[in-house]
Amino acid sequence: MKGAVTLPAPLAQVPWAMLLPLMALVLFGAAVLHSAAGGSLSPYADSHLIRFGVFLVMALVMWRVPREWAFMLAYPAYGAVLLLLLGVEIIGQVGGGSQRWLELGPIRIQPSELMKPTIVLVLASYFHTMPVGMIGTWRAIVPPAVLMALPMALVLLQPDLGTTLAIAFGGTVLLFLAGLPGKWFLGGGIAAMVVAPLAYFFGLQDYQRRRVTTFLDPESDPLGAGYHITQSKIAIGSGGIPGKGFGEGSQSHLDYLPEPHTDFVFATMAEEWGLIGGIFVLLVFGIILRWGLNVARAAPDRFSRLLAGGMTATIFFYVAINLMMVMGLAPVVGIPLPFMSHGGSSMMTNMICIGTLMMVDRWNRKARTSSI
Amino acid sequence: MDTKISTNQLKDTFDRRTFVVGAVQGGIGLLLAARMGYIAVAENEKYRMEAESNRVNLTLIPPRRGWILDRNGSPLASNRADFRVDIIPERMGDVEGTVDTLSDLLNFTEAEKQDLLDRLEDSAGFSAVPVASGLQYEKFAAVSVRLPELPGVVPQRGYSRYYPTGPSVGHLIGYVGAASREEYEEEPIPLLVTPGFKMGKDGLEKQFEQQLRGEPGARRVEVTAGGRIIRDLEMRDDVQGNAVRLTIDGPLQDYAARRLGLESGSVVVMDCLTGDLLCMASMPSFDPNSFSDGIGRVEYQMLSENDRVPLRNKVLKGLYPPGSTVKPMVSMAFLEAGLDPEETVFCGGGLQVGNRRFGCWNRRGHGQVNMAKGIYQSCDVYFYHFAQRLGMDVIAPMARRCGMGQTFPLPVVSQFYGTVPDPAWKLEKYGQQWQPFDTVNATIGQGYMLANPLQLAVMSARLATGREVAPRLVLDGQQQPAFQRLGFTDEHVHVIQSAMSDVVNGPGTAGRARLPIQDVLMAGKTGTAQVVGLHISDGKSGPWRYRDHGLFIFFAPFDNPRYAGAVVIEHGGGSGAAYPVARDVMTFLLDPQKGLEALHALERQWGGTAQQRLDADYARYAEAAGIDLPPPPDPITLAQRVEAEARAAATEPEQAVTEAIAPRGEANPTAPGIAT
Repeated sequence: MKGAVTLPAPLAQVPWAMLLPLMALVLFGAAVLHSAAGGSLSPYADSHLIRFGVFLVMALVMWRVPREWAFMLAYPAYGAVLLLLLGVEIIGQVGGGSQRWLELGPIRIQPSELMKPTIVLVLASYFHTMPVGMIGTWRAIVPPAVLMALPMALVLLQPDLGTTLAIAFGGTVLLFLAGLPGKWFLGGGIAAMVVAPLAYFFGLQDYQRRRVTTFLDPESDPLGAGYHITQSKIAIGSGGIPGKGFGEGSQSHLDYLPEPHTDFVFATMAEEWGLIGGIFVLLVFGIILRWGLNVARAAPDRFSRLLAGGMTATIFFYVAINLMMVMGLAPVVGIPLPFMSHGGSSMMTNMICIGTLMMVDRWNRKARTSSI
Repeated sequence: MDTKISTNQLKDTFDRRTFVVGAVQGGIGLLLAARMGYIAVAENEKYRMEAESNRVNLTLIPPRRGWILDRNGSPLASNRADFRVDIIPERMGDVEGTVDTLSDLLNFTEAEKQDLLDRLEDSAGFSAVPVASGLQYEKFAAVSVRLPELPGVVPQRGYSRYYPTGPSVGHLIGYVGAASREEYEEEPIPLLVTPGFKMGKDGLEKQFEQQLRGEPGARRVEVTAGGRIIRDLEMRDDVQGNAVRLTIDGPLQDYAARRLGLESGSVVVMDCLTGDLLCMASMPSFDPNSFSDGIGRVEYQMLSENDRVPLRNKVLKGLYPPGSTVKPMVSMAFLEAGLDPEETVFCGGGLQVGNRRFGCWNRRGHGQVNMAKGIYQSCDVYFYHFAQRLGMDVIAPMARRCGMGQTFPLPVVSQFYGTVPDPAWKLEKYGQQWQPFDTVNATIGQGYMLANPLQLAVMSARLATGREVAPRLVLDGQQQPAFQRLGFTDEHVHVIQSAMSDVVNGPGTAGRARLPIQDVLMAGKTGTAQVVGLHISDGKSGPWRYRDHGLFIFFAPFDNPRYAGAVVIEHGGGSGAAYPVARDVMTFLLDPQKGLEALHALERQWGGTAQQRLDADYARYAEAAGIDLPPPPDPITLAQRVEAEARAAATEPEQAVTEAIAPRGEANPTAPGIAT
């Protein structure tokens, strides 16, 4: 027993240091969505809170999952999600036109979202079982590359560049943490620099290419594709330090800001809450990510270490790309801001990450108590 | 591998690398915070203004246009509150779909729909394109409720130009329309592209554009990105444009236009003392009311196919051989040259000049003819004879002094000079010497001589008063100084006055022109101008375009002239078509009731007023035409085209005239004392 406050044993084990800031962030997100809906709980804020509640329960369930189960589930889960991705592709082909989700009864799931935490899980499991001495050999790079390439290819076909990049990023960070030789990453980086222009000209869809060019010079097309970035910067910039006040944002309320409740929710927030609100959001994400890395560092074994590190990286990727996008530092790729943007899929993915981190955190505590 | 990698080493690597990852994450966090600080603090001012300019939209309210008033202050052009719909093309999404929906809502015909599509195509994008005005509230409301699916469509309450007498003032006043791309480039101010703003396109509307325009009002509103207005922030009322008061007598103008009836012609009446133009009617005409939303293709086609050129202002741009109406002027030239008005010549129906014989219109001859008889009987031989003796050099300067070949300082878009031929002119134009038969032709107002109806009216006024009467169109409150004398002696003026009175009231050629009013005797002079030679047509029957023009100049009362004027009926078949119009117009001026009775009887035969007939023609034409018509030109091009056609129609012959014109009869079968 530590600390002055005495809580019942299971409650005391809950990582409140992360969970309380997270709840504050979700509530703040709900407030912003309330404003984005023109000062109304529906349709965004209420469902946002309900989803968070549902997925929090899910995370708490995951929290109780023993290490062995998670380890055992890694490959079957990967296989199942891959099948779902294939299913999306097939239904898309049959139905004509692209789609990203599957209708399963009343719920609609995006398998590509599920793949983000799953790739981390399966890679962590792989490196755990791989003999330690093989870390510098082909066995350390080829199978993980295949594991990553399969879902990436399927998601890119949808086509969903943002999620593809998210999967790649989560996997790559995991490889990095797994201890693959540093020069490989250096070489990979150089190779990426060579491939990127080629991919730009041959691999990207027209609309994706336009997003990149507009990102490089948003003013070139102020009423077309650059409109999003320009309006987002206007929203953030006009908020100033204190913001325009709750419910007073003209950019979001008069429809100048595109997607004020999803991808550009940060701009909606920043217009009304200003730099103060922005710093608050950044701080909370900083707390959550720092906690995630601490969990990873404290983990007793390779599997849980990599799992926690990979999940943290996945959340980080969402946050970083979204914020860079709304501030005009990255092209518009359609990645929502975790815990603030309205949308079930992103909430689910991020809560799976949170649940996994809580799970690892619990293993850590158990390991500590058992080892003492 | 020479070093064995242990689990602990991997753990160390992991710790190092998590630190790297954490550092990168922290770094990006700091970068984001810095970036946000930069945008929100350093660039706050700039983005605040941009947000403000997004949010607040300044809409101009088109100013109410100044009225155009007649001499008594009643409107010839006013404004009517109405509901209108415009489109701002660059805000449109699906052009076809929007036009389809609008056409359904507003019950457009296929042709009207096509017109709208053409206008959208030709538009500058940012400037408003009128769709319809003068809408019923129901239709306006129907468009308003569908706005969410009609981006770029602007329904609004506003004012539209209204011309109460429609076609009667079409040529005189002109019409208004939305600013064209060229006009905007010339005067790039936001008002010109404001929905609902109309500027003068022709006539006085164009001439007095700056005076009539007024100051736009403004409305600051909060708008959404889609252009929906959330609330008003501020309003500033417009300032109506200044009125322009004309010398025109509105009822007289309307009466004259209507009295022209089925004919193609013009009527000018002016005040001899002030020069005020009381009426400048030119018919057939167009309805300026229907031009202000753009000229429809059906309407344009109907007007441009009409051989009576309803788009031409014939008062200023119709040039005609003046015919015998020049005879009083020629007589004045003779008097000034010292001819005794009682000197006679024998008219045996013709005159031998050299080896040619020039006929008088009256083949049987007029017997002994002095100046008065030469005028009232319009004896050609009298003028042939004395013109041979006195020469063109006395006639041409007199014609110019009387206003022929001149333009007047009037606020009109253009007026034609016409032609007063003389030896120097002919030499320059055709490189040929002046021939005796040229003088013969000129004395009877044929050959090269051309004048417009306004010049004929001025000539009449100057002969009647002996003063240099100059027409004016705007009543600006300034007292017109008395006109300078032309240097005619009173005695000479008397000779002309009484001779011209005899044309109407005596044994002259226009007995039926006598005013049905006690104590007011009108003086006048008939003219019949032939258009083609006798071998093609006798000028009275056959194809319309070969018939003679009918002309009549007049003033009243004959001994103390107050009003003067001219009537020209194109291809009217002779002066008999012209002077009844002059008589009725003058009757109306002096006794409106009597004038209207005469008109109503005639309009019953013609099928309604000018406006009613124009509307009926349009309906008939639209039904027959369908939409396979070329689109109408824009107003500038249209004006240029009309001008060019008018010039082409009025130019002197390509080849020099080599023959004397055989004059046509000035006969008035019912006039007393004439045996034709």
